[in-house]
Amino acid sequence: MSSTFDTVADIIAETCDIPRDNIKPDSHAINDLGIDSLDFLDIAFAIDKAFAIKLPLERWTQEVNDGTATTEQYFVLKNLCARIDDLVAARGTVTP
Amino acid sequence: MQLEYFQLIDRIVDLDLAARTIRTEARVPLTSTIFEGHFPGHPLMPGVLLIECMAQTAGWLVIAATQFARMPFLAAVKEAKLRAFVAPGQLLTASAELVHDGSGYAMTKASIAADGKGVCNAEITFKVMEFPNDEFRDRMRDWAKRLQFPFEARADG
Repeated sequence: MSSTFDTVADIIAETCDIPRDNIKPDSHAINDLGIDSLDFLDIAFAIDKAFAIKLPLERWTQEVNDGTATTEQYFVLKNLCARIDDLVAARGTVTP
Repeated sequence: MQLEYFQLIDRIVDLDLAARTIRTEARVPLTSTIFEGHFPGHPLMPGVLLIECMAQTAGWLVIAATQFARMPFLAAVKEAKLRAFVAPGQLLTASAELVHDGSGYAMTKASIAADGKGVCNAEITFKVMEFPNDEFRDRMRDWAKRLQFPFEARADG
């Protein structure tokens, strides 16, 4: 799996004290790993810093609440990592 | 401070949006029913209220960073260290730094000093949301005016 996953998994393991071996690309952060919304803020902070991005948590949460997205789209780790990669790529193309 | 109104700071001394820092001042009241219980015959400012003082200081910085469009709500306090006792009548200087302005949350670090010595410090997380109603926002703006909040402050200086 990509290095993005390794970074994210390490962050989750350290932040939430979850055994690294339990964290898989198909793991759902909330349903499988038991991470609540408050813990996810710490994870988002670490991800934001590690990748120099700003995870659009508010938009994702609103989309899930509105029914226009599922939690799986954003919180299954392989999908989260794909979103992170997109944000990193977009960061590189932003013109000042 | 007006403890009975849960106002833990008296004025905003400095707010620098470019540097993302704030400094506030607060004088611990000489008398309060709180001191009658904390503690009888040995009045001390409760540590949890020192944490609230830090949270309010950092909170005003977060409000400023959103140009008074959003409200920070205390979400987490980490690594809070209460290093010295604070007595009634002491003048406190609280400082805070906005470490990260995330999507719907903010990470801050705050500290309090008295007589030039560190009293306490903490890492404080806020959930940041739109004001739930206009009345709340307007009342917060009124409170901000009393604290000498610099409404003209801008991140570009």
